[in-house]
Amino acid sequence: MNFFKQLVDRERVFDFMVPQQSPVDVRHGPILYLEDVSVSFDGFRAINKLNLTIDDGELRCIIGPNGAGKTTMMDIITGKTRPDEGSVWFGSRHNLLQMNEPDIASLGIGRKFQKPTVFEALTVFQNLELARATNKSILPTLTERMTGEIQDRIDEVLLLIGLKNLHRQPAGILSHGQKQWLEIGMLLMQKPRLLLVDEPVAGMTEQEMERTAELLTGLAGQQSVVVVEHDMGFVRSIARKVTVLHQGSVLAEGSMDQVSSDPRVIEVYLGEEA
Amino acid sequence: MWLTQPLYERSTRIFLGVLLLAMSLVTLLHLVVPADHPLHVSAYTVNLLGKYLSYALLAVAVDLVWGYLGILSLGHGAFFALGGYAMGMYLMRQIGDRGVYGHPELPDFMVFLNWDALPWYWLGFDSFWFAALMVLLVPGLLAFAFGYLAFRSRVTGVYLSIMTQALTFALMLAFFRNEMGFGGNNGLTDFRDMLGFDLRTDTTRLVLFLVTGLALAIGYLICRAIVTSKLGRVCVACRDAEARTRFLGYRVERVQLSVFVVSAMLAGVAGALYVPQVGIINPGEFSPLFSIEIVIWVALGGRATLYGAVIGALLVNYAKTWFTGVMPDAWLFALGAMFVLVTVLLPRGIAGLMHNLNERRRRVKDKPQDDQQELPV
Ligand SMILES: Nc1ncnc2c1ncn2[C@@H]1O[C@H](COP(=O)(O)OP(=O)(O)OP(=O)(O)O)[C@@H](O)[C@H]1O
Ligand SMILES: [Mg+2]
Repeated sequence: MNFFKQLVDRERVFDFMVPQQSPVDVRHGPILYLEDVSVSFDGFRAINKLNLTIDDGELRCIIGPNGAGKTTMMDIITGKTRPDEGSVWFGSRHNLLQMNEPDIASLGIGRKFQKPTVFEALTVFQNLELARATNKSILPTLTERMTGEIQDRIDEVLLLIGLKNLHRQPAGILSHGQKQWLEIGMLLMQKPRLLLVDEPVAGMTEQEMERTAELLTGLAGQQSVVVVEHDMGFVRSIARKVTVLHQGSVLAEGSMDQVSSDPRVIEVYLGEEA
Repeated sequence: MWLTQPLYERSTRIFLGVLLLAMSLVTLLHLVVPADHPLHVSAYTVNLLGKYLSYALLAVAVDLVWGYLGILSLGHGAFFALGGYAMGMYLMRQIGDRGVYGHPELPDFMVFLNWDALPWYWLGFDSFWFAALMVLLVPGLLAFAFGYLAFRSRVTGVYLSIMTQALTFALMLAFFRNEMGFGGNNGLTDFRDMLGFDLRTDTTRLVLFLVTGLALAIGYLICRAIVTSKLGRVCVACRDAEARTRFLGYRVERVQLSVFVVSAMLAGVAGALYVPQVGIINPGEFSPLFSIEIVIWVALGGRATLYGAVIGALLVNYAKTWFTGVMPDAWLFALGAMFVLVTVLLPRGIAGLMHNLNERRRRVKDKPQDDQQELPV
């Protein structure tokens, strides 16, 4: 009986939870833990016995050739795709495989999509407003009023992502690079514990890339960041630890130099480029 | 309060102002101008306008879910009809022993079927307040059950539209059956009075027209309050990028469900106001074609503006009345032609055209954009 009460209570905490006080338990090590995860699409194994551990506050880069399963991995972590087997834990308390997308999001996992997805009909400002970490159930959303505090927070992020003077424009008119920035801004508004960032610099100029690198490295420490990226220059500029994915499992892991001198990696991936 | 929020908005003030003006004008022209004067508005016209206004409320309800949430409901006629039947049951019971068979309690069609007692689901409908509650509750509960199943399984797009068609079609077949106890084929009719007022007098008709206008104003305000709130922006987010919205932590299916239920209840109210004005409710209102027609009104008027839905409903129904008077056979062709023309020439409907003209005028005047945060389509 007591157990059920606890369950109900705990559910309630999630609803009003703000990610900074997220109940994620990282006392026993990693913030994200994938073990022997596999998933097949029509018999094709996109993820194959994948093991991956991300430490709290870490900035991890994930590279791998097209179709290696990087995006699919993010789909699994965020609850979009259910794996056939394996386990996925957020901290040592939350089994992500038992949760749906909104629950996982409010637990503190934010995601930037590979193809930038912003709400094109809404203004830049409104996009950020919707992303803000707050109680997202129906009634509070209906009655929420724009306060000075919210306004300031959004302005702060607008400044950071360089879209201040476009804030009243619909997001649909933004360039590819600007949409990437807006999506990163939405991530910042969410204040997640763990950021999954899929190809953040695609379509960006050198300068924009530099700023993105600054931003992401600045986040690491308080937040954990997982970056998937093809641009080797960019990865080299931010990476501390790199994981190479190939055919759905980890091929190599280590510093950029270690990884790029690994003969297997050179063969499957860097070899094609160099 | 969030409900009064839209009152600070220019478009809502204009809409309510125009509606109020039109209602006063009709009242004035009906009551004050002598009957033989060309400007006189007859009781017949007042009645007709009241009917159009209930359609307008129905169109607003459809625009709320279609325009803002992207749910193309092709079954809103079902909620409208259920609201209508709830009101019809009340009106039936008001007839009392004045029916053809003179039975003190049973409506004529039940006497005709040799029933000797009211079925349990007719109990309570002698009370107006109970009936009024059912007008909201029955469509609301049906929408809740339907939406709960559909949205939870993430049925969207064409499949959802087809399911809504199936829903209204199934209800139509059910209501056609005499054993259902809703008058079968003929439906409910021969109403006499409502809250003690004779439905056939001009005054009652005028009052019903005004009440319907008031309901439209309130319904519009409720919808506008929803779409201008943050929830409204979440609706647009669900419409345009459902998955993204989920990853922000919004429970998309709950957003869809709650707005869908509100919309169904508004449709129910529209139906309840329609029935005493036309004097009959029959299974024809459940017809899938009618539900499609509603969507055409909204498309013609312009999606995702709410006032566009009102304009569309009024114009199309005026045209329908005119056509069925002049050449009844041509109506469906005319409707189809209008639909095609508007989709080709005015993809954003009449409201879109008005918006463009407005923009152009504003640009000519070279005035800065005004402050309201309008949701673009
Ligand atoms: N829903 C799906 N149905 C069928 N196959 C899928 C699905 N999602 C992914 N795949 C397949 O799984 C494999 C891995 O895809 P994924 O998108 O994860 O690769 P990626 O590493 O992100 O590649 P890229 O660098 O091109 O983004 C690909 O071969 C892809 O075709
Ligand atoms: Mg990918």
